[in-house]
Amino acid sequence: MNKLTQRIDKERLLLGIAAPLLAVVAAVVVTTLVILATGKNPGAAFSDMLTYGSASDSQVYILNKATTYYLAGVAVAIGFRMNLFNIGVDGQYRIAAFFAAVLGGALTTPGWISIPLIILCAMGTGAVWAGIAGVLKVTRGVSEVISTIMLNSIATAIIAYLLQPGKLAELQAGGTVVSTKPLPSSSHFFQIDTGAAGVLWGFIVIAVLVGIAYWFVLGRTRFGFDLRTVGQSESAAAASGVSVKRMIATSMLISGAVAGLIGMPTLLNDSHQFSNDFPTGIGFTGIAIALLGRNNPVGIALGALLWGFLERTTNHLEFEGYDKEILGVIQGVIVLCVVIAYEVVRRYGLKRQQQRVGAELAAQAAAPTQKQEVA
Amino acid sequence: MANKDIDITVRTGTVHALCGENGAGKSTLMKILYGMQQPDEGTITVNGETVTFHTPADAIARGIGMVHQHFMLADNLTVLENVVLGAEKLYGIGAKARAKIREISDAYSLNVRPDVLLEELGVADRQRVEILKVLYRGAKTLILDEPTAVLVPQEVDALFDNLRELKAEGLTVIFISHKLGEVLSVADEITVIRRGTTVGTVKPAGTTSKQLAELMVGSELPTPETEESTVTDVPLLKLDGLRLAQTDLDGIERIILDDISFTIHQGEVLGIAGVEGNGQSELVEAIMGIRNPDTGTVTLDGTDISHVPTRHRREAGVGYIPEDRHRHGLLLEAPLWENRILGHVTEKPNSRGQLLDIKAARTDTERIIKAYDVRTPGIDVTAASLSGGNQQKLIVGREMSHAPKLLIAAHPTRGVDVGAQAAIWDHIREARREGLAVLLISADLDELIGLSDTLRVMYRGRLVADADPATITPEELGSAMTGAATGHLEHAEDSAADDEDDAR
Repeated sequence: MNKLTQRIDKERLLLGIAAPLLAVVAAVVVTTLVILATGKNPGAAFSDMLTYGSASDSQVYILNKATTYYLAGVAVAIGFRMNLFNIGVDGQYRIAAFFAAVLGGALTTPGWISIPLIILCAMGTGAVWAGIAGVLKVTRGVSEVISTIMLNSIATAIIAYLLQPGKLAELQAGGTVVSTKPLPSSSHFFQIDTGAAGVLWGFIVIAVLVGIAYWFVLGRTRFGFDLRTVGQSESAAAASGVSVKRMIATSMLISGAVAGLIGMPTLLNDSHQFSNDFPTGIGFTGIAIALLGRNNPVGIALGALLWGFLERTTNHLEFEGYDKEILGVIQGVIVLCVVIAYEVVRRYGLKRQQQRVGAELAAQAAAPTQKQEVA
Repeated sequence: MANKDIDITVRTGTVHALCGENGAGKSTLMKILYGMQQPDEGTITVNGETVTFHTPADAIARGIGMVHQHFMLADNLTVLENVVLGAEKLYGIGAKARAKIREISDAYSLNVRPDVLLEELGVADRQRVEILKVLYRGAKTLILDEPTAVLVPQEVDALFDNLRELKAEGLTVIFISHKLGEVLSVADEITVIRRGTTVGTVKPAGTTSKQLAELMVGSELPTPETEESTVTDVPLLKLDGLRLAQTDLDGIERIILDDISFTIHQGEVLGIAGVEGNGQSELVEAIMGIRNPDTGTVTLDGTDISHVPTRHRREAGVGYIPEDRHRHGLLLEAPLWENRILGHVTEKPNSRGQLLDIKAARTDTERIIKAYDVRTPGIDVTAASLSGGNQQKLIVGREMSHAPKLLIAAHPTRGVDVGAQAAIWDHIREARREGLAVLLISADLDELIGLSDTLRVMYRGRLVADADPATITPEELGSAMTGAATGHLEHAEDSAADDEDDAR
C-alpha cells in the first residue's frame, strides 16, 4: 500500500515538473522558428544567451531583477490560492512605492527607524489599495478583476497628479526628471558588493523571508488551511465554518501588502526616489510568474529567475543584431503554454490517480474472493 | 479495473434490472453501453450485430438512450424546447415536433404537456420529460440510472406503470437501482454485479430481497431498526419559530422556512420526511449557521446560537453530514488527510494553537480509514478518486470523531452500498445510546422510519405533520410529503394488507 502512495507522489511531482518544462521547451521551439523566419541563426542566439546569461555580472543582475519579480509573483499567488485574480498588483505596488518614497524623503530619523517605517508604509498603502477591491467584492459583489483593473488606472492618475513640482515632487537638477525627494543615504537598504560583477541588493533577504512566510502560513497554519479551503471550494469552506467574506477581504489585504513590497528593492537599493521612470508593469509580470511557478514558493522563485535571465540575455541579443522583440515572443509563448500545459497535466493526473486507486482496490478485493473460491 | 468479465443478456421487451453495491461498477458499465467510455476488451451486441460505441451519438443511433440520475434539462425552456434541443434535425422545432411529442406521450401514457415551462414541473414530471426526450430520439432501449432516488412512493408506482407501458410496446428498459424491493417488483430479470463482475442473473419470481442482498454483498440485508428507545428528557436542540425568507430576482419575497419549532432531546433521533426542495436544506443551513434566520431562535444545550458563526457551532459539538458531499463536505482535489481536517481545523488532533498538527491529523486519518472501512490505497490520494460510498464513510468518520452532541445528518447513506449503510446506521445508533441527538433528513423512507424516534413531515417550508415511526408506513408518510395529509398521522388499520403486499 505504501508503495502505491509513494508512486502516486512521485508521479505527482513528475507531472508537476512536466508542465513548466513542456512550456519552456515549446517556447524554445517557437523562438527558434521566429529567429529562423527573420533569416538569422538561432543556434548562435541561444549560445550567446547562455554564455552572456551565466557571466557573473549577469548573475547579479538576474538576482536583483528576480527579487522584485519574486515579490510580485507571491503577491499574485496569494490571490490565486484564494481563487481571486488580483490584477491590481500593478497599481498597488506603484502607489505604495510612491507614498513610501514620499515618506522616506521626508524622514530624517536614523536608518533603523526609517527603513522599517518606509517598508510598513508601502505594505500599508498596498493593502489599503487592494482592500478597496476586497471591500467592494464582499459588500457589493463587484468582481475583483474589474475593480482592480480600474484601481490600476486610478493609481496611475493619482501618481501623475501628485508627482509634479510643487505637489509631492520636485524637479531634479538636470531639469528633465521629476521625482520625489531622494531618500537620505541612511535610509538606503544594505547591499553586498561583489566587486566587478556589481552590487547585489540586500532586499533579496526580505524576498526569501516572504517566500518562507508564504509557505509556512499557507501550509502549516490554521489560517492558511482556511484560506486554501476557500480557494478550493467556497461552499465547503462555508459549511466547514470559514467566514468566506472575511477571508476574501483578509487575503486581498495580504496580497496588497505583499504587493506593496514589490517597489521596495528598487526604491531602497537602487533608485532611492520615485521618479516618472520608476519601473511599471511588474504586477502583470507577477501574474505570469505566479502561473509559471504554480503558486509554489520554490516554483515562483524559479519563474522569477527565468524571467530575469530572459530579460538580461535578450537585451544583449540586440547588440548581436537580433530583434529585441524576441523577449516578448518567448515570454508570451511560455505563459500561453504554461496555462495550457497545467490544465492538461492536471486533468491527466487526476484521471490517472482515479484509475490507479480503482485498480488497487479491485486487486485488493479480488484476492480474498479467490481464496474463498478455493476453500 | 472497474469492470471485468461482464456478461449480460437483455431481452427485447423486458425490464432488466441491474443491482450492485455502490462502486460495484454499475455506472461504469452503463457509461460503456452509452458510449461515454470504451471497453478494453469484450463486445457489445445489439440485435445480433456487434457494435462499438465511441460517443453517446453512436449509442443513440443504435437505439440506446440514457435517462441520467441528475436531470439534464433547462429550467427556462418549455418541455418542447427541452425535448428538441440538440435533435432539431429529427422533426424540426415547430408543429411537427409538438405532434410527435404528443404522439409519444399518448402512446406510453407519459402525460407530458409540450408547452409548459420546465420550471413549473415537479421532479416526477421532469423525469417523464427525460424519458420522452430519449424516446423522441428513437431509442428502443432505455437505460435508467437510479430513477427512483428522487421520488416518493406514489411517484415510484407511477413510474413503474410507465415502464410497464413501455415494455408492452416492445421497448427494452435497463433499470439500475440498489433498492431491492423496487427491483423485485418491476423487473423481469435481475442481474447482480459485485466488484466489477456479474455474479448472477435471477428471475424475481422465487427470489426474495434477502437472497438478492446476499448475492450483492455476500452478507445479510441490514435493517435500520433501532432497538430500545434511548430518548431522554434533556432537550439538546430547540428551534422556536424559525422563519427564513428570501427575495428572488423579481423582488418577490419567498418564504422558505415558516415557523419551524421542534425540540430534539439527548439520545433522540428526529427524522424529517419531505420531498426534496421543501426547505430541508435551508433548515439544515440555518441550524449550521450558513444561513441567518429572520426570526426565531436556535438553542443548543441551553445556549442561544441563532446568530453564532458556523465555526463556533461546530466547536460547540455540532457534527454535520451534508446532503451534497461534493459541494459541502469535501475538498475534492485535496488529499484525504486534508479532508479529515476540513470543518474541524480548530480542534484536536488537527491543530495546536494556530498551527496545524499535520502529523497527528495524518495519524488520525489512518485511524478513521480503518475504523470506518474507507477503501483507499492511502491517505495521500485525492478525495475525488474515492467512490461515493467511501467518501461518505470518510465524512461520517470525521464528524463522529469529534464526539458531537448533535449530529445533523442529511441523507447520511445516500449513494452508499448496503454494507456501508449498515455500518453508518450502527455508528449513529451507538452514539445515540451515549446521548447523541440526531436531526435526520432522508429521502429513504425506510431509513427514516427505522432510525427515528420522532417523525415530522416538511412541506413548503412548514412542518405540516408528525407521525409515530413505530406504526407509520412509507405510503402514509408519502401522502403527507405531497401535502395530501396534515396533522398527526395515524396508521390506518385497513391499509395493512396493502403494505404487506408491497413488502413482498
